[in-house]
Amino acid sequence: MNWQSWSQFLEMGGYGLYVWGSYAVTLVVLVAEMAELVMRRRGLFERLAKFYAARRRNDETEA
Amino acid sequence: MTKSRRFSWFVFSSPQTFYPLAGTLQPWFAVLAALLCAAGLYISFFVAPTDAQQGESYRIIFIHVPAAWMSMFLYLVMGFWSGVGLVLNTRLSSMVATALAPTGALFTFIALWTGALWGKPTWGTWWVWDARLTSELILLFLYIGFMALQAAIDDPRRADKAGAVLALVGVINIPIIYFSVQWWSTLHQGASVSMKSAPTMAATMLVGMLVMALGFWMYSIAAVLARVRCVILERERHTEWVMEEVGLHA
Amino acid sequence: MIRALGWVLRRDLLLAFRRRGDVVNALVFFVIVVSLFPLGVGPEASQLRNMAPGVLWVAALLACMLSLARLFAPDHQDGTLEQMLLAGEPLVVLVMGKVISHWLVSGLPLVLMAPLLGLQFDLPGDALAVLCASLLIGTPILSLVGAVGAALTLGVRGSGVLVALLVLPLYVPVLIFGAGSVGATAAGTGAEAHLLLLGGFLALALVLAPWASAAALRIAME
Repeated sequence: MNWQSWSQFLEMGGYGLYVWGSYAVTLVVLVAEMAELVMRRRGLFERLAKFYAARRRNDETEA
Repeated sequence: MTKSRRFSWFVFSSPQTFYPLAGTLQPWFAVLAALLCAAGLYISFFVAPTDAQQGESYRIIFIHVPAAWMSMFLYLVMGFWSGVGLVLNTRLSSMVATALAPTGALFTFIALWTGALWGKPTWGTWWVWDARLTSELILLFLYIGFMALQAAIDDPRRADKAGAVLALVGVINIPIIYFSVQWWSTLHQGASVSMKSAPTMAATMLVGMLVMALGFWMYSIAAVLARVRCVILERERHTEWVMEEVGLHA
Repeated sequence: MIRALGWVLRRDLLLAFRRRGDVVNALVFFVIVVSLFPLGVGPEASQLRNMAPGVLWVAALLACMLSLARLFAPDHQDGTLEQMLLAGEPLVVLVMGKVISHWLVSGLPLVLMAPLLGLQFDLPGDALAVLCASLLIGTPILSLVGAVGAALTLGVRGSGVLVALLVLPLYVPVLIFGAGSVGATAAGTGAEAHLLLLGGFLALALVLAPWASAAALRIAME
């Protein structure tokens, strides 16, 4: 085991800012990508549902 | 006697058949990614020993190097599928290439960010104009150019093919660019200020980097599968099967 | 085929000659940009001498890139490009003709102007000679690679900036060895290797770029 205590772990021998800055930003970026994909899929379904409904209404009024 | 049809992977080369396959595979890759990254993180923090010269700051390498590998790898994969789409005139390959770009660009950004944060404690500056970081920066520009070109062209098939030409030109240029930048950096700064002067690799460090790289790879596959599903729905919205799919979920 | 090349070349040169303003503008841009740098960093001679290869090369690169808008877009707008695609001649030959004329009009003047500007930066004589040589070999590469970018963005909205985004990363090796050759001469080490490498890049570009541009033009005009 490398670390004797939590505070030692967080400090990273004085380099805490850099190490955690790297890991944290990486995590944020990847989580943001995942979230964006989820939102994109949901938004897409909503938009497509509206698109199809509008098209159906259009076909009905024309028929 | 009827001849039984041999199974061919080509059955998945249409968006309609690939969509459900991607949907089934994606969670598995996500789980693999989570497990591998967890293992990699464990190795990077609890197994790999402290470095004599760089102290704990070297642990950034467990993200920086795998991210850089992925950024390069994803560009090559993107170029490959783009090329297939251009030559064979298939829609799905181009859709996969389009789906690859944002993930590749994000890994390039991660490589640059972690590179800067590693450079500061090691060499005192927030940015080091060494061969690898500078090449990563240019790679980011190549990714952004690909995405910008595809975004600017309205017709999807033209966007696919134009993007393919650009990606292939990029693939040819990447070795040239890397060689040029490497020459430029050794001339101006000398080999001492190079990201390659990482601590001599203890076996655990190498294993940690490989595990993280595999984890990133699985993550990329999962993300790209999810994104290509969205791209397929958008591009194929005029077909019956997408209408039913949306109807199912609406 | 040679006749077709000659025809395209003559036509483009004639058109450029009739609109001399366009051509001169790029040259003036080159001069102005180069003059901006001393204004930005101060007139100290040794600093300027160090900066000169990079500054001159980047300015040449930008000037070349700006003039790419003239390469395919006007012909696309008036329908000539479509005729070129339908013509019996290989598109690669026609593209080559256009690129050569583009270089003669936009690249060669930069090569001729550069020594004067180099003097402003107090570059010694041998460095000026190498600067000219490097630009002479390098600017055709810029035209060739730029043609691919111009073809890809034909008729696309915002194409001016988009071309820059696509083409500048590809210009980096040319910039590195072009400016590097002058720097090496000023530092005393030889510029041979750089110029030979640039020559290699030119050969590669001559083979690949017209073909890629032609493919991109067909994609754009489908």
